[in-house]
Amino acid sequence: MSTFATAQRTPARFYVSVTAAAGALAGMFIGTSQGNTLLGILIGAAVPAIIAFAATKMLPERPARWGILALFGAAGFLISALPGLFVGLIFGWFFGWFMFWLFEGHYRASLPPYLTGGQVLWHYAFRVICGAIFVFLITPILVVLPLSFNAQDFFTFTPEMLAFDPAGYSLKHYRDFLTNDAWQDALRNSLLIAPMATLLSVSFGTLAAIGLSQPHVPFQRAIMAILISPMIVPLIISAAGMYFFYSRIGLQGTYMGVVLAHAALGIPFVIITVTATLVGFDNSLTRAAANMGANPVTTFFRVQMPLILPGVISGGLFAFITSFDEVVVVLFVGSAGQKTLPWQMFTGLREQISPTILAVATILVVISIALLTVVELLRRRSERLRGMSPG
Amino acid sequence: MNFKSITALVAASALCAPMAFADGHMANEMTIVSWGGAYSKSQQRAYHDPYSEMTGTKIINDDSSAEAVSKLRAMNEAGNVTWDVVDVVAADALRLCDEGLAMEIDPDTQLADAPDGTKASEDFGDMLVGDCFIPQIVYSTTFGYRTDLVGDTPPTSVCDVFDTEKYPGKRSLEKRPIANVEWALICDGVAYEEVYDLLATEAGQERAMAKLDTIKDDVIWWSAGADTPQLLADGEVIMGSTYNGRLFSVIEEQKQPVAMLWDWQMFDLDGWIIPTGLSPERQARAMDYIMFATDTQRLADQAKYISYGPARKSSAPLVGKHADLGIEMAPHMPTDPKNSVNTFLYNYEFWADYRDDIDAKWQAWLSK
Repeated sequence: MSTFATAQRTPARFYVSVTAAAGALAGMFIGTSQGNTLLGILIGAAVPAIIAFAATKMLPERPARWGILALFGAAGFLISALPGLFVGLIFGWFFGWFMFWLFEGHYRASLPPYLTGGQVLWHYAFRVICGAIFVFLITPILVVLPLSFNAQDFFTFTPEMLAFDPAGYSLKHYRDFLTNDAWQDALRNSLLIAPMATLLSVSFGTLAAIGLSQPHVPFQRAIMAILISPMIVPLIISAAGMYFFYSRIGLQGTYMGVVLAHAALGIPFVIITVTATLVGFDNSLTRAAANMGANPVTTFFRVQMPLILPGVISGGLFAFITSFDEVVVVLFVGSAGQKTLPWQMFTGLREQISPTILAVATILVVISIALLTVVELLRRRSERLRGMSPG
Repeated sequence: MNFKSITALVAASALCAPMAFADGHMANEMTIVSWGGAYSKSQQRAYHDPYSEMTGTKIINDDSSAEAVSKLRAMNEAGNVTWDVVDVVAADALRLCDEGLAMEIDPDTQLADAPDGTKASEDFGDMLVGDCFIPQIVYSTTFGYRTDLVGDTPPTSVCDVFDTEKYPGKRSLEKRPIANVEWALICDGVAYEEVYDLLATEAGQERAMAKLDTIKDDVIWWSAGADTPQLLADGEVIMGSTYNGRLFSVIEEQKQPVAMLWDWQMFDLDGWIIPTGLSPERQARAMDYIMFATDTQRLADQAKYISYGPARKSSAPLVGKHADLGIEMAPHMPTDPKNSVNTFLYNYEFWADYRDDIDAKWQAWLSK
């Protein structure tokens, strides 16, 4: 292989065999889903390889890629109508692009010319592995989204759904969520409990973090470890302990009990994020404020608080999500009167597999993404501010 | 955010908190524990709604019947019973009664008579098992099959479940020995009268497991009542056992290509218990609810919403049409003569004695 030319055509044995390997991988998945893995691999390897060889020899890139797109689309349509067409077009587009990308040598275009073949291979293999991990993590969520629009009451992709027939889709599970008393009670409880628990977590967590960051506090590490422990102790242990303790003092089965329990779970997140923000806080600012006659409370709210606010808010968001997603502790400490959304989803999933759960899950995923986006934006802002603050 | 607005926020939330957290337990409300899903919905419409309207009592539903025994034990230990009325299967009721976790109820003085004056004990008859259990419905564990996946000759006998040559494909069975071992022996040629005598012996238990061994690779085990309907709807199994009411819902409400196989259905009872350790006021309210919810008309009303048979003899003639679908409910009842040619009745005595033993062998067999 030449080391200088960046876009040189490659020999047939190279691009045909790589295309065959990619085809075999795709064929393996399709073959497995049809019940015959080996046949899938063989056909998957052979067909793209033959097409790659023929297309590159006979046609220029543009018409060849359109031809491959049409060919795969037609083949998919013959096998299983509309969904087949859809999948066929995706495969057709991919393989058309892939074989010419290899054939024309474009795959080296963005890489330094001195890389060896093995390094180039690793460069792309690394990206494929990362992509595969990403797909593995995200697929369960992506499956839930379309299923929540199912017109049937089962977790099943119906033939109508696969054929993109509007009759196979419906918003009825969202309607059920919005009109069903059980779900509405659960939503109301979640929206009542989570903000109160967050407020408590943020107040106590911030105070604890500020206190623990003072150099003269004794047993700093031990106190920190105890405060963080709800994050480390298995949840079921905390929950069982809380159940018997709260029962004895009359807090079991009350809103107050659930709020306190969730606050205890949320405090570690606030302590950790606020402590991290305090590392960048310059204590000479509080001394300057004191020097100018401000009392400690005023100093805290007008000098320190605005500067560590991003840490406080992101800790608060974590505390909120903890309370909003929590199912184990609420099953113990709460009673049916305080059932939250996760409680309702948990019992609902066991007793009645209803796609309403998927509709709720979809809504929660969207909310979680929104909250995490806010956290990320705050983190960037705080980094920017820290960069500007007097060092 | 400045100092003032934060102070205002804290003050406001401190003021709101006591209002939001006012404890509900003293008010006129009760927590009723049941199974969730369509079953709870039928109770809601037949019992809870009319009772709330009549008395103004607010009813909170807790779908925790599946872990009723362990939760009641924990509540008792913590001295804080938060449930007022609990719906359990008869076997669980017997256990709770033995452990003193459910209170004893005298049917003749504490339950309503039939409209014609028949005493409750006579009206319920054999259904009254144990001293604490007030029966509500008769349900059965039975099979459903996919009409489009079993070929031209649909299964007619429970033994077709064991015939993987005639009906190739997966089948779903409950992940516990009860019902499965009885079916296995029947299909291994044992006469109905001898099933429990044989199951009481080591050899009989082994024979049942050996029969189940022949289909073990083709079985998907379920533990929640909703599993088999989902598996049937997916076409993942061609036949499977579950509660007959779930199959009714799959067939008549969800319009899935599924049909019933009633052969050798396993009858069981489900009903109410009242936990011990309630305050006199709560106990009186719970008794009042039970009196209302188990009278002849109310039991017949429940059959309008779900295909389970009422436990009172006097309710049977009052069973009418489904409230939403408008179809006659009688032919869908497990107790209908056409459906109950061959039946088992859950053998409470036998399983109370042998359950631990056979459960252990079952677990060992499953993990083999």
